[in-house]
Amino acid sequence: MHELAVAQALVEQVEAVIHQNHAQRATLIRVRIGPLAGVVPDLLATAFPLAAAGSRMEHAKLEFAHAPIRVCCQTCGLDTEAAMNRLLCGACGDWHTRIISGDELLLESVELETAPSLTP
Amino acid sequence: MCDTCGCNLTPGNKHLAFKPVAKGATAVSVLKGLLAKNDDQAAHNREHFDRRGILAINLMSSPGSGKTALLEATLVALKDEFTCAVIEGDLETENDALRIRAVGVTAHQIVTGTACHLDAHLVHDALHQMNLDGVELLFIENVGNLVCPASFDLGQHLNVTLLSVTEGDDKPAKYPVMFRAADAMLLTKTDLLAVLDDFDPDKAETHLRNLANPAPVLRLSARKNLGMNAWLAWLREQLAAQRARVAIGQSRRPAIQSDGEKLHSASA
Repeated sequence: MHELAVAQALVEQVEAVIHQNHAQRATLIRVRIGPLAGVVPDLLATAFPLAAAGSRMEHAKLEFAHAPIRVCCQTCGLDTEAAMNRLLCGACGDWHTRIISGDELLLESVELETAPSLTP
Repeated sequence: MCDTCGCNLTPGNKHLAFKPVAKGATAVSVLKGLLAKNDDQAAHNREHFDRRGILAINLMSSPGSGKTALLEATLVALKDEFTCAVIEGDLETENDALRIRAVGVTAHQIVTGTACHLDAHLVHDALHQMNLDGVELLFIENVGNLVCPASFDLGQHLNVTLLSVTEGDDKPAKYPVMFRAADAMLLTKTDLLAVLDDFDPDKAETHLRNLANPAPVLRLSARKNLGMNAWLAWLREQLAAQRARVAIGQSRRPAIQSDGEKLHSASA
């Protein structure tokens, strides 16, 4: 579905990082996707090679960092883990909570090959 | 968004920025929203709206839950009071724009082809093809879909999510990303509640609260003109709030805050 659009945006961003750092290519791309971001990591992993074909990251490994859902309760003040469709405070059960983790859609880091690769 | 001073590094993610790597290679910390380009365009659209004093509302729901019917009834009620305009998003046909024009309101149809959602660039292109002179209220009717549209900021100020009573009352629990993003949830087609025994409006509201969402829940039927006054009053209230924000140079984003903003406020 929309993961292809996300993969295309990812490729554009990594291309910019490669350019800014005068690198040859990207070898590892690490993204952090929370369950509440609305993007499915498996589908993004499927879409990525299509978006990256022929680019300077087509052989890069795409790695996903886990982002658990955590909420901060505005009533009792505690941070607790929560389920995707029950963002209630795990301590007092109140629904007046704020998401502190779990909705990320971030390009965290990129590993780049800076020197021209030495062919044996 | 900050790529220069390092303020988006927090104790939680610092280790990612300084990971040692092999010789001839380097690791670069980016920590930027994956949809940064869309978000930049959305911010540009929002500035455009704010400069003109327009309140932009993104309507989202399943296909067939009554977005266009709601718009028709809303525009008939408000078009003499405010200057309104509509952007319609559909995979195919100009049908919805024709329905809006039939009630005497400017409408631009975006035909997405196969794309399942609108994005900020599509909306930007549409804005350039519209005459926005004097427009006070802009409705963007997104592609009928409870999944993809939730992830793309268009530059709107408010998200309004519709749930028709012919669907399940547990839709907010099934599609948490969408309903978490709602600034108002409208239960539509309530005239049919009398013949449906499996939709409990209170349950729908409880499922919304379980997503930690305090948004108002309005029950209405556009076709039978039930509950429309509360919705129209909410719109008037939101337009007044937008004018007050514009007067002091502020803006507002929909319920969901971007990661970039959160990283900044966390490190501020």
